Order: sequence, then C-alpha cells, then structure tokens
Amino acid sequence: MTFLGMPSRNLVGEPFPRAARAALGNAQLRRNLAKATGTIRAKRASVVAEVPDWAGLRAAGAAIKDAVLADLDTHLLRLEEALTARGTTVHWARDAEEAARVVTELVTATGTTEVIKVKSMATAEIGLNDALAAAGVRAVETDLAELIVQLGDDRPSHILVPAIHRGRAEIRDLFRREMPGVDPDLPDDPAALAEAARRYLRHKFTTVDVAISGANFAVADSGALVVVESEGNGRMCLTLPRTLISVVGIEKLVPTWQDLEVFLQLLPRSSTGERMNPYTSVWTGPTEGQTSHVVLVDNGRTATLADPRGRAALRCIRCSACLNSCPVYERTGGHAYGSVYPGPIGAVLSPQLTGVRHNKTLPFASSLCGVCYDVCPVAIDIPSMLVHLRGEVARTTAPNAESAAMRALAWAMSDSRRWARALRAGRLGRALGRRRDRIGRLPPPLSAWTDARDLPRPPRQTFRDWWETR
Amino acid sequence: MSGVRVALFVTCLVDGLFPDVGKATVTLLERLGHEVVVPRGQTCCGQMHVNTGYARQAVPIIRNHVEAFADADVVVTPSGSCAGSIRHQHADVAAEHGGRRLAAAAEEVAGKTYELSEFLVDVLGVTDVGAYFPHRVTYHPTCHSLRILRVGDRPLRLLREVRGIDLVELPSADTCCGFGGTFALKNADTSTAMLADKMTNIVGTGARVVTAGDASCLMHIGGGLSRLRAGVRPVHLAQVLASTAAAPMAVAVR
Repeated sequence: MTFLGMPSRNLVGEPFPRAARAALGNAQLRRNLAKATGTIRAKRASVVAEVPDWAGLRAAGAAIKDAVLADLDTHLLRLEEALTARGTTVHWARDAEEAARVVTELVTATGTTEVIKVKSMATAEIGLNDALAAAGVRAVETDLAELIVQLGDDRPSHILVPAIHRGRAEIRDLFRREMPGVDPDLPDDPAALAEAARRYLRHKFTTVDVAISGANFAVADSGALVVVESEGNGRMCLTLPRTLISVVGIEKLVPTWQDLEVFLQLLPRSSTGERMNPYTSVWTGPTEGQTSHVVLVDNGRTATLADPRGRAALRCIRCSACLNSCPVYERTGGHAYGSVYPGPIGAVLSPQLTGVRHNKTLPFASSLCGVCYDVCPVAIDIPSMLVHLRGEVARTTAPNAESAAMRALAWAMSDSRRWARALRAGRLGRALGRRRDRIGRLPPPLSAWTDARDLPRPPRQTFRDWWETR
Repeated sequence: MSGVRVALFVTCLVDGLFPDVGKATVTLLERLGHEVVVPRGQTCCGQMHVNTGYARQAVPIIRNHVEAFADADVVVTPSGSCAGSIRHQHADVAAEHGGRRLAAAAEEVAGKTYELSEFLVDVLGVTDVGAYFPHRVTYHPTCHSLRILRVGDRPLRLLREVRGIDLVELPSADTCCGFGGTFALKNADTSTAMLADKMTNIVGTGARVVTAGDASCLMHIGGGLSRLRAGVRPVHLAQVLASTAAAPMAVAVR
C-alpha cells in the first residue's frame, strides 16, 4: 500500500489560533473547563503528594518506556508470538486507513450490524466509527461520556472526560432526543442521567455480539492486554460478546507483568486523581467460546520514534494530567486542537504522527509555561519538544516576513555596536506614545499585542547609554 | 559574602525598554558592597529566536553572549527567563547548530549565571537587603523562574524582609500570565484570556503594585493593567529591593 501523504483527518483540524478564538467566546465551555480541570488538578495533586517517592516512580515509568522504545521491534515480535500462542489473531496496520479497514473486515465477517465499544483513543485516531458506519455497522460507545459525545454527533474534547464541554441540561436534552426508550420526563440530575444510560447500555451488552476495545498496556512476554476504566462498561465489553477486537498502538508495550506495577500506580493518580481506578481488566488470549483479534497500529509512530528529540512523546500513557494542568487547554478546550489528542501532549504528538508539515500551528499552541512537564507521570519534556517542533516548522516553511524579521534581529543582536544602534533607533517609538506616555496602537502584526495591551513608551535613554555616562 | 565582582547581564528588554530595572539592579548590588561591571559586548540571550523555532539563527547571538561574559567571575541577570535560557538552552542549541567548542564555552558561562534572587539568597546569603517599600504588593512567580530555574520561594523570602511592605498573596499565583514571548502575538486571543484571569486575580488582592522577577512578564501584565486603567503598577523585584527609606521609589500609576 502506498502512503499518499494525506494525514489522518482525526489528527488535524483548522489552524489553532482560529479554532481557539471561537472556543474562547463560549462561556459555558469556559466555565465547565475551569471547574472540571480545577477539580481534577486538586485531586491529582493530593494523591500524588501522598506517594513517598513519586519522583522515583516517575523516573521508573520513563525508563521502562524508553527501554521498550529502544528495542521496539523485538518486543513487538515477542508480543505477537505470545498473543498467537494463546489463540489471538494478530494483524498489523501501517496507518489509520489500513487499521480501520482491517477492523471493518473482521466485523463485517461476523455478519453483525452493531458493535459495542470500550473507550479507546486508538480507535478514535483511526476514525473507526466512521469506517464502520460506511460499511453499515453501528458502533455503540459504552463509556458514558463517549456515549454523550456520540449521541450528540459531537467530537470528544478531552482524552479522559470527552464530554467535559457539555452541561447536564444539555445532556438531558440529548438523552431525551436520541436515546431509544428513554423516559420523556428525564430530569437533569446526574444519578438519573447515569441510570438512563445504564439501562440503555445493559441492553446493548446483552444483545450485541462483537466488541471493540483498545488497550492501556500490552505485556510483551505473556500477551496480556490491560484496560483501565471506571464504569465497568469495559469489563462488560471484554467478557460478554463472542468476538473481541482490540486496536493497540505499537507504543503501548511493557516488557513484563512486573512493569505494570509502576504504571498502575502512575496512571490512576495522574488521570482521575484516584489511588486506584475501579476496574482493571487483564486478559491473556480469548476466553472459552470467544474469538479475539489484536490490530497493532503504527500510523506515524515509527516516524516519531526516528526523531531523537521527539520520540519521548511515545512514552505517553494517555493520563491527561497535562491537559488538566495546561492554562491554554483550560481556556480553549480540546476541540481547538483539531486532533483526537488535544492539550500539550496533543500539541507534540499530533504533529509528529501526521508529519509537522500537516500540523504547523499546534507546536505554537503553548506559552511554554512548563506545567505539563511537571505533572507528566512519564516525564515527557513537552516544552522542549514543542521548541524542537517549532524549529521543524520554521525549517520547512518558505521564507516569510517572520523569518526575515528574525534574521534581521539576529544580525543586530550578534554584535553589540549594531544592537546599540538598533536600540537608539527604537527611541523613535517615543513619538507613538507622546500623548499618553504609553503606546496603545501599533500596526500589524504588532497590533496583536496592542489589541489588548498597552506598550510602554520607549525611554529617553537606554540602559547602556546611561551606564556609559554614569 | 563580600566584595564580589558582578557582571550584569541586563537583558535586551531592560536595556531598551525598562532601563530603570537595570539601574535598580546596579543600585542594589552596589549598596550590598559589590562591584558591578556591565560587559560592553552583551546584547540578548537569543531565547526569542530559539523558542520561535529559529535556533540556528540564535547561534551567533549565543556566541556573542558567551564571548561577552567569558571573563566574568559571576553573571547576574534580573530575569528568570533569560537565566533559564542561558542555563538550559544555550549549550544544547550550540551543540546542535554551533559546534562543540561553543557548547563547552556556553556550558561554562551557564555555570556562573544566576537570576537575581538566586544570587542574593544562595550566593550572597542575604534575605534582608535593607529595602523599604511602603506599599501593598502582590508577587507573581514567573513560569521560567519557577519551573525552569526552580527559584522557589527565594523572591518571597526577600520581599518578606522589606520594611513597610504589605505583601498579599496572589490567588493561582503559579498560573502563567499568558505572555510566552511570540505566543502573545501568534495566539493573541488565548494569551489575552490567560492575561484576563491573571489580572482579575491581581486586582482582587487590592494591591497597588504587582512585582515579579521578569520584565517581560511584567510588560505583559502591566500592559493589560494599563489598558484597563486598573491602577495597579508593575514594579520589578529589583526595583522593590533597591528602594530604601533614604531613597524610596516613587510609585505613582502612570
């Protein structure tokens, strides 16, 4: 199969600044995000603080992932061997399209017209639900928030809480409108909403015979797959249907069972702010009477692995601590990023998976404040990676006004005599601030600054001139 | 420690736009009994180039910086962000784009470079610098001083010793103000939303002065406050610490 150079559309959206502008004007979104991320941040901080050696655990997590990535081919073959030995059929997919096709073929071969799904970032990344729909198969999301997103024909805005942008009144209206057999007088209190979803999903769990999952971890030496969840829907999907298809990114590996002890401490504390999540399912091969498939997806991961300054993004365990802590994400929400992976990790992962040339604004969607790095349970230095990817953007962009300005400035700044002259010329700006002793309006592109902020009037004398005459 | 010969890296922004911050740094260090020199060759740390994706173009700027400060005993700068760039970016950028010799020289300069509050507390071992600043002040810890340099509470320890000061805590202090260098231009709307929340918190404290260790973040916060005519003045940490009973800083809102 030839790669035509078109990136998966689930990883690219409209330019971030434009999408962000629209999102920033949504008052409901702003309020929901501030409340939800604020709550999760506080919970995370308290359960992380109680671990005696979080720094050590974090370093161990990073080291295990780095070791796996350094020897990924060996671990993958070991995983394939272990899975096959236990009766699971392994499929390999180079990109999103191939992965979606493989899964769709497996599903249609069973003759079903409906599948139930465990929340999975990998299936979102490959656009599986759309591919299944095109083949006449309805995919039913069983995670409550994913279900809300699906019923609203909406897109997830958060890795962990995909309906973070929705209020409960909206959800009630959605359920009344879209959920078959729901009470027409359904109130908007959370327990009633959860109960309605529960009834609807129970029926699906007991009648649909094909399930699709992702995996949080895949243990290479035994072929065990792990799903970590909170609602029990995952357990239902993994055990009840006769066919189970799991879509797994090739970076999800850990070498041995024992390595899980590190990640099962890191993940729940970082993601939901819990000491342990309610449901952790581990399965090694199909259960009796079950057929199981694993689809291992590359979709840009090998290319990411090839970049020494970018590959640490593959350590990510999708906890979303960086989203919850990011001041940019907290204000724009996830849709502005245009990718199924939003927030700081999305800003470094999405451009790498698609190739930077297809995703040029995401590396700039950060003030480089550094909070994401501090909270990352596998110590991904996201700020440095953003800076590296910005370099890739600049390197692959045709010369423009920005690069010309940067070149001119670099020329002036590499010699103190030139720089002193440039600073003295800057005093001409005093004329702009003549009236109010501040500058309130500048032409583009500097108008982006003065639209909301004043600039001080340049001083009569630079520091260096003062120093010389002192 | 007494009689240190301090090479001041004043930073491009302070040099060109906020000379009073540089003057205050000189005043403070001299008052504490140290000799201040200002190496003539200095210009800028090159951080804006690096962080906007122009690391290669930053190499001559870094080379210039390294040459300007090669002979210094110790380098002090009134900026967490520039100190952060010098200590955590220069050698890396040099190694990738400028060669091993430059990287080694950059490493050496990085090793003797301190942000002002680090220098006062860690090197000079002082927290009471004899300052007098009779105003209600709130302190914004800038991202790079906090999360790149890890200055921790050093600036606050210095501020708490200032005579006459009414230091009030800033809610959500460690959240970014939204500056982020060219981020403020490239993502102006998001930057402004972050700034709005920072300003709300600052104004809510009732402080007359907001202080920080970076002129750049203060330019951003101060620019927003000035636009709103909020009546809160940005004053750099060096200016607060330079102010004394004999020569108090005048804090009128412009």
